[in-house]
Amino acid sequence: MISFSVNGTRRSFDGDPAMPLLWYLRDDLELTGTRYGCGVGSCGACTVHLDGRAVRACQTKMSELTGKEVTTIEGLHPHGEHPLQIAWREIDVPQCGYCQSGQIMKAAELLRSTPHPTDRQIDNAMNGNICRCGTYPRIRGAIKLAAEKRS
Amino acid sequence: MSGLMSGSVDDGDEAVARDMERRRFVQLLGMGGLVFAAGPSGIRRLGRLAETAVPVDPFSPHAYIALREDGTVTITCHRSEMGQGIRTTMPMIIADEMEADWARCRVEQAVGDERKYGSQNTDGSTSIRLFLTKYREAGATVRALLEHAAAKQWGTDVSEVRARQHTVIHERSGRSLSFGALVATARSLPMPEKTSVRVKSPSERRWQGKKMPSIDLVPMTTGTAIYGADVRLPGMKVAVIAHPPVWGGRVRSFDARAALRVPGVEKVLHIPEPPLPAGYNTVGGLAVVARNTWAAIQGRAALRIVWDDGPHASYDSVAYRAELEASVRKPGTAGRVVGNVEEALASAPRTLEREYYMPHLSHAQMEPVVAIAQAVNGTVEVWAPTQSPQDARGTVAKYLGTDESKVTVHVTLLGGAFGRKSKPDYICEAAWLSREVGVPVRVQWTREDDLRNSYYHTVAAHRLEAGFDGNGTVTAWRHRVAYPAIDAIFAQDVEGPGPDDLTNGASDIPYAIPNIRVEVCPAVAHTRIGWYRSVNAIHHGFAIGSFIDELAVESKKDPAKYLLDLLGPDRVVDLSKDGLVAPASNYGGTWTDYPLDTGRARRVVELAIEKSGWGTPLPSGRGRGIAMHRSFLTYVAMVVEVDVAADGTVSVPRATVATDAGFVANPDRARSQMEGAVIMGMSNTLYSEISFRNGRVVQSNYPSYPVTRMRTAPHTVDVHLVESEALPGGIGEPAVPPSAAAICNAIWDATGVRIRQLPVGRQLAGARARTTDPDGQDR
Repeated sequence: MISFSVNGTRRSFDGDPAMPLLWYLRDDLELTGTRYGCGVGSCGACTVHLDGRAVRACQTKMSELTGKEVTTIEGLHPHGEHPLQIAWREIDVPQCGYCQSGQIMKAAELLRSTPHPTDRQIDNAMNGNICRCGTYPRIRGAIKLAAEKRS
Repeated sequence: MSGLMSGSVDDGDEAVARDMERRRFVQLLGMGGLVFAAGPSGIRRLGRLAETAVPVDPFSPHAYIALREDGTVTITCHRSEMGQGIRTTMPMIIADEMEADWARCRVEQAVGDERKYGSQNTDGSTSIRLFLTKYREAGATVRALLEHAAAKQWGTDVSEVRARQHTVIHERSGRSLSFGALVATARSLPMPEKTSVRVKSPSERRWQGKKMPSIDLVPMTTGTAIYGADVRLPGMKVAVIAHPPVWGGRVRSFDARAALRVPGVEKVLHIPEPPLPAGYNTVGGLAVVARNTWAAIQGRAALRIVWDDGPHASYDSVAYRAELEASVRKPGTAGRVVGNVEEALASAPRTLEREYYMPHLSHAQMEPVVAIAQAVNGTVEVWAPTQSPQDARGTVAKYLGTDESKVTVHVTLLGGAFGRKSKPDYICEAAWLSREVGVPVRVQWTREDDLRNSYYHTVAAHRLEAGFDGNGTVTAWRHRVAYPAIDAIFAQDVEGPGPDDLTNGASDIPYAIPNIRVEVCPAVAHTRIGWYRSVNAIHHGFAIGSFIDELAVESKKDPAKYLLDLLGPDRVVDLSKDGLVAPASNYGGTWTDYPLDTGRARRVVELAIEKSGWGTPLPSGRGRGIAMHRSFLTYVAMVVEVDVAADGTVSVPRATVATDAGFVANPDRARSQMEGAVIMGMSNTLYSEISFRNGRVVQSNYPSYPVTRMRTAPHTVDVHLVESEALPGGIGEPAVPPSAAAICNAIWDATGVRIRQLPVGRQLAGARARTTDPDGQDR
C-alpha cells in the first residue's frame, strides 16, 4: 500500500506500483486537467508538482509517491486564481488549451524559484513543454506579467 | 448567478463598460461551470446540468439561438473549437446583432446535425468566411422578432421601438421590456420577413471587429476544460489498438495469451481491416480492451502479431523522393496555361531551374486522437474531439450498418487538430468496439499510434524554371509538381493531384508574367494522405517563395523590391478566364466574390516591408527573408528574422506578418492564429519529417519528430491586419504557407546557404555566418 496526498487529500494505492502517476490521476481520481501528450516525458503536458517540484506524471511511477504531496492544476490555487492563471487569462494565452495545464504548472515552479526570470531563464525552464498551437510568445508574456504583478 | 447580471450598458463610457461585461461573462463561466457543462460536456457535468436546468422549454426561434424567460440566451456553436476561437467569435457575432447582453449569453456545443445547423466540417478556414452573413442575419432576425413582440405588447408600430442590450425600448414613452419578458409574446409571432431584418452597419457594432476574450479561458487555465479523453461514462472500458504498421496491411496471425494475463485486460478483439482505400474508416487491427488506460497499453505491448504488410510494404522515402524528382523532370498535365512558355523559355536571355523537396508531415496535435462511444440497444452515442461531427455521424452509421438518425455525435474541445480530426477513423473504432463489448468504450491512441497511423501531409517535389532578362523581368514561368493526392484515400488508381489541387497558390499565382505553365506530374500514394493545416499551399508556398528569392539574387535585386516588381501593376483577375484549367476551385468561393486582387497582395507586402524594418542592419549571424502567399482567400506577407548560431541552430527572434483577410470578426484570435502559424511554419521548415522505410513510419514520438519549442520560438510576432469590410477570407491557415520560404530566404540572407529540401535539420551544421552581404560589402 502506497500512501501519499493529492491536492491536500490523503490517498492510498495498492495497484501496479509501476503504473505512471498520470493514469492514476486521470483514470482513478478523474483529475483530467493533467493531460496525456507523449508518455515519454518529452512534451510536458502532464506536468504536476511532487513536493513542490515540477515532474512529468507520465514518468513518475506510483511506487515513487510514498509520503509525497502531489499537486495538479486543479490544486494549484483554491479558486483558480494563481497569478499565472490570472495572467494567462489577461493575455488570452490558450488556443486549443490542451497543453496549458502543464505550461502553467511548469511556470509556477519557475516563479517560485526565480520570481523575476529573464527571457533566457524562461526559455530554459519552459523548453520541455510543447505547445503545438504556438502560444510561446504569449506564455512568455504571461509569465512576465505574473512576475511583475507579484512585485 | 443573478447577482452577476446587471442591466444595459450606458453608451457614455462604452469601452469601460464593455470590458466589465466581458469580465462578468468570464466570471460567470468560471463560477457556475454551467456553460461548459452544456458545451463539450462530460456525463458528470451533464448530470449537474440536469439538476439545475430550467423546467420551461426554451424558445428557439433559430437553430443557433434559444431564449428563456429568465433572460438567458443560449447560442449553439455548430463549429468545432480547436484553438481558433470559434466558440467565442460565432456567439459574439450573433449576440452583437441580437443586441443581447454578453453576460447573459451562454454557449452550447451542437451535436452533429448538418441539416439543422449547416456545415459543421471545421476545415479549410471556413467558419467565418462561409457563415459570417448567416450569423449576422440570425442575430438580426431574432432582434427584429423581439422588437415585433415588444411593439405588439405595447400596441405600437415596430418602427418606434428598438432593441438595446437585452431590452427593447420605446423611446417616446420611455417604456422598456427585457428580452426575457418578451419570450412569451415572441413565441406566438411569425418570424420576421427577411426584408424587415436589418443587419447592423459597421458603426452600430459593439463587438464584431474588436477583441473578445475566449469564453473558455477559465476552464482552460484550471484544468476543467473537457477534451476527448475527459468524458466518463458508467462502466466504460479503455481500448488501445495495434494498427497494421503498413497502410493496407492486415493481421495474419496473433497470440493474445500474454496480453490477456496483464491485470485489468479483459478482451482482445480483431477489428476487421477494410479493403483499400479505406477512406475515413479505421484501418483495423487488434484492440486490447481493459479496465483502465495503463492496462490497455501494457496489454497491447504484450500482443504477438504476425502482419501481412500488403501492397505498400516497400514504401521507402529515399526511393520515393527519386521517383517524384524523376516525375517533375517530365511534362505533366497542365493546370494553368498562359501564353507560350516553351517559346518564351527558349528565347529568354537567361534561365534558372531549381528543384525543391518537402517531406511528409504529421499533425502531432497535443491531444492524440481519442474517442468515446456507447453503442448499445441499437443506438450509438459518441463523444469525440472531431472537426466534422457530420462526417463522423455519417461514417459511423455506415460503418456499423445503421441509420444516421441512430447516431449522436457530441463534440468535445479539440486538443489541437490541424486537419487530423476531420477524419473519423478513430470514432469508428470506438463505436465498433462498444457494440462488440456492450459497454461504453474509450479508444485511446498513444502518441506513437498518432504519429504512425496518421493521414499524412503529402510529400512533394517541385521543379521551377524561369526565363528572365537582364533587368530581372520574368517572361516565362514553368512549374511542375508531383505529390500523392488526398483523393487516394477515397479511390483506387489515383495518380496524383488533379488541376484542382494546384489552386492552393501554385496555378493561381498573382505575378505579372506573360507566359505561365503549371503542371501536375504523376505520383501514386503509398500511405494515407490527408489535410494538414494549409494543405498543398505549404509546399507550393515553400517552392514558389524560395524560387522568387533565388531569382532576385540571380538578378542582383533586393528580394522585397523584386517581389513587388514581380506583382506588377494592380489587377483584379477572374482566374477562371485567365488560363486556369477546369475544375479550378477558389477555396469554395466564386471568382466574382473573391477574384485574385494583386493590389491586396502588393499592400500586404508593402506593409510587411514597412513594419519589419526591412533593409536596416542586422548583427552577424542574422538575416531577414520575405515571402507572400494567397491562400484560403486571404493575402499574407511575412518578414522573418532568423538567428543562425555557430552550431547551425536556427531561432526566430522576430517575425512580421501582414494580413489582408477582408473583415476580421475577432482580431485578437486572428492574431493568435498568425502567431501560431509562424511557429508551426518553423516546425514544418526546421524540424519535422515523417519518413517511411519498409512501408513503416520511422519516427515514433516527439524526440524523433521534433516541433518548435520555447527556446527557438519568436520573441516578437508583429501581426498587422488590414482593416477591411471586404468579404472575409480564412484566418487559421493562410499564414502558414509563406512561412517556410520566408524562413529559408532569411537563412540564405544570414549564411549564404540556400535550403531546397526540408526540413533544414542539420543542414546548417557546417555553415558559417557570412560577413559580407550579397553585393560583397561588409556588414
